[in-house]
Amino acid sequence: MSGEIQNLTMNFGPQHPAAHGVLRLVLEMDGEVIQKADPHIGLLHRGTEKLAENKPFNQSIGYMDRLDYVSMMCNEHAYVLSIERLLGVQVPVRAQYIRVMFDEITRVLNHLMWLGAHGLDIGAMTVFLYCFREREDLMDCYEAVSGTRMHATYYRPGGVHRDLPDSMPKYQASKWRSQADADRLNRGRGGTLLDFIEAFTERFPRCVDEYETLLTDNRIWKQRTVNIGVVSPERALQLGFSGAMLRGSGIEWDLRKKQPYEVYADLDFDIPVGVNGDCYDRYLVRIEEMRQSNRIIKQCVDWLRKNPGPVMTPDAKIHAPKREQMKGNMESLIHHFKFMTEGYCVPAGETYAAVEAPKGEFGVYLVSDGANKPFRLKCRAPGFAHLAALGEMVTGHMLADVVAVIGTQDIVFGEVDR
Amino acid sequence: MHSLPQIWNALPGFVQSLAFILAVTIVLILSVAYLTLLERKIIGWMQLRRGPNRVRLFGIPNTEYIGQPFADVVKLLLKEIVIPARANGVLFRIAPALALIPAFATWAVIPVAPGFAIANVDAGLLYVLSLTSVGVYGVILAGWASNSKYAFLGAMRSAAQIVAYEIAMGFALVGVLMAAGSLNLGVIVEHQRGMVAAWNWFWLFPLFVVYFISGVAETNRAPFDVAEGESEIVAGFHVEYSGMAFALFFLAEYANMILIAALTAIFFFGGWLSPFDGYIAAGSALRELPVLGLLIGDGTHWLLVKMLFFLIVFLWLRATFPRYRYDQIMRLGWKVLIPVTIVWIAVEGVLCWFRIGPWRA
Repeated sequence: MSGEIQNLTMNFGPQHPAAHGVLRLVLEMDGEVIQKADPHIGLLHRGTEKLAENKPFNQSIGYMDRLDYVSMMCNEHAYVLSIERLLGVQVPVRAQYIRVMFDEITRVLNHLMWLGAHGLDIGAMTVFLYCFREREDLMDCYEAVSGTRMHATYYRPGGVHRDLPDSMPKYQASKWRSQADADRLNRGRGGTLLDFIEAFTERFPRCVDEYETLLTDNRIWKQRTVNIGVVSPERALQLGFSGAMLRGSGIEWDLRKKQPYEVYADLDFDIPVGVNGDCYDRYLVRIEEMRQSNRIIKQCVDWLRKNPGPVMTPDAKIHAPKREQMKGNMESLIHHFKFMTEGYCVPAGETYAAVEAPKGEFGVYLVSDGANKPFRLKCRAPGFAHLAALGEMVTGHMLADVVAVIGTQDIVFGEVDR
Repeated sequence: MHSLPQIWNALPGFVQSLAFILAVTIVLILSVAYLTLLERKIIGWMQLRRGPNRVRLFGIPNTEYIGQPFADVVKLLLKEIVIPARANGVLFRIAPALALIPAFATWAVIPVAPGFAIANVDAGLLYVLSLTSVGVYGVILAGWASNSKYAFLGAMRSAAQIVAYEIAMGFALVGVLMAAGSLNLGVIVEHQRGMVAAWNWFWLFPLFVVYFISGVAETNRAPFDVAEGESEIVAGFHVEYSGMAFALFFLAEYANMILIAALTAIFFFGGWLSPFDGYIAAGSALRELPVLGLLIGDGTHWLLVKMLFFLIVFLWLRATFPRYRYDQIMRLGWKVLIPVTIVWIAVEGVLCWFRIGPWRA
């Protein structure tokens, strides 16, 4: 009998606990060692870009939330920025601060989700639940400001939907939750949203310390991440990396510093970079980014407390009239109806607006032919470029390292497949 | 009229043995059931959640979660056992039993109370070693018979891992054997009599650490659970199992945990010996107290306390550590644990020779 020795071809996903959604990897393995990894995409394709071509500009903001569904407001931000650039409107400073604050809250939200999932992939269960404890508070901030905990649709061309609320949503006693429990949960929710966020920024650094005690110096964690998925700085640039994936390789590139948008130029924060470009460095970079985001949030809270003002551009054409005007005034009612059904026209032209989303550079390329709908919308998702490099990053590593690399890439399929 | 002890003594030996076996097995199955609950609760508390809190025992108020293991069993019993079309049916069916039976059978030689074990075998230690190695056949056969790539990888990992850790475990027990001068588990416990420092852990500390780590690896528990590897190979060797067939693997894992905890207590922590030995004299007034006196003395309760401690350590490890990679486990086993045991056996030999320490030999 003669047999031919073949490599084992294995299907990793799309239904796999570490596939982060719907990743399908076809792995060619020699024993446990990966010879070739071929990521397949498209299982979460929802046609966002095409849908946007058929709707007035404002009605696509909600779709942006659902692209990278763990960094919702940052996606909105890029889209809203691109419309503003074509319209040439000026956003009130207070709205800019609110946007920056929520961008950073979103960054922390995203990094907490990443840390939990990355830990879970490598087998550290507890970090996941610790992270979700803090995520819960930030979700409440989303809820307070927009009414939804995830898909906020809060940023609008010209500003933000409304000013920060004076109270936080509260828990109520019910059949399953006693009054004492409700009171305990409502502790810290008595003040305004800004009070709540400030209290969060006070305690958050200690929470990060807590995650770090479980992981940073843990021998097993280091064995699993150090020298895994190494990307050299040159290669990272060639592959089109951005965000923490690029900074982990030692390249100090952050749109918030290099091409400041909104009020980032006025804020004080640092950009952490890695040295070796392995999973462990990217882990450290993201942990430090959470601390820096916390600093930015704190500065925004201070500024917002002292400087009340409008949060929407005075240009009435691009936002809906106030509710009381609409109810009492014929012209406003007409405007409201026209705004909600027809929207507004954007001058012909094209633009590219990019923000430093938690995962990297999230950009929106927008072409307008002067109509009330985009002529073409193209989203530049950071995860797409990262995923393309997955095969390169895992070749020669073992099966267990594949999940570590997927984790470190912080892949979300909403934005990869769009 | 005969009194109960008289009736008992009149029974033939095999009936007595059967009664003992039945008693130990029932207690063991119940402890396995409640160990799963203990794990979910304790890890829940460690992770800021509540764990199971819905199933009452027969609707009695304030017993939330006590009924959980029974609900789990009922659910699993009612589920269909799917046998994959291309699987090897015979091996697929006997693999769960092969995993479970050794975990229970080992209890035959465990000295559960002073001077008592179901079978007081002189080669008890060898029996324990051989049965714990048989357990891995269940895992390997399950992985192979499933005819699934994930299960196959799990089986391969498990086979390699068990070889490495059996050796470390065996060597650690050679140290215990040298100390006690007997393979009989009862004698091993009896030999540790004295005080807490006379228990084997003090003189054989490196061997104790190696034994416990190998024990965690033997039972495929985190951080050595690569054969299951939730996030890598989904569920490893038992991906294809469902319903009660899966539950048997689950039971085997927990039965093995209890076994390893018991063995660690017996080999290194004096089994049923009381930690007050040597501190409170045999004739002291304290020992004459009605209940306290019994508690202070030797007995099964001390074995249970020690087992519970090690079981909680098992759970604690699972909640704290990330998972090792398969080759790192191999490295730890071959390059760290085995050399440590060999060195310490040599040290122990020298100590024995010069009669330093409480050695029999």
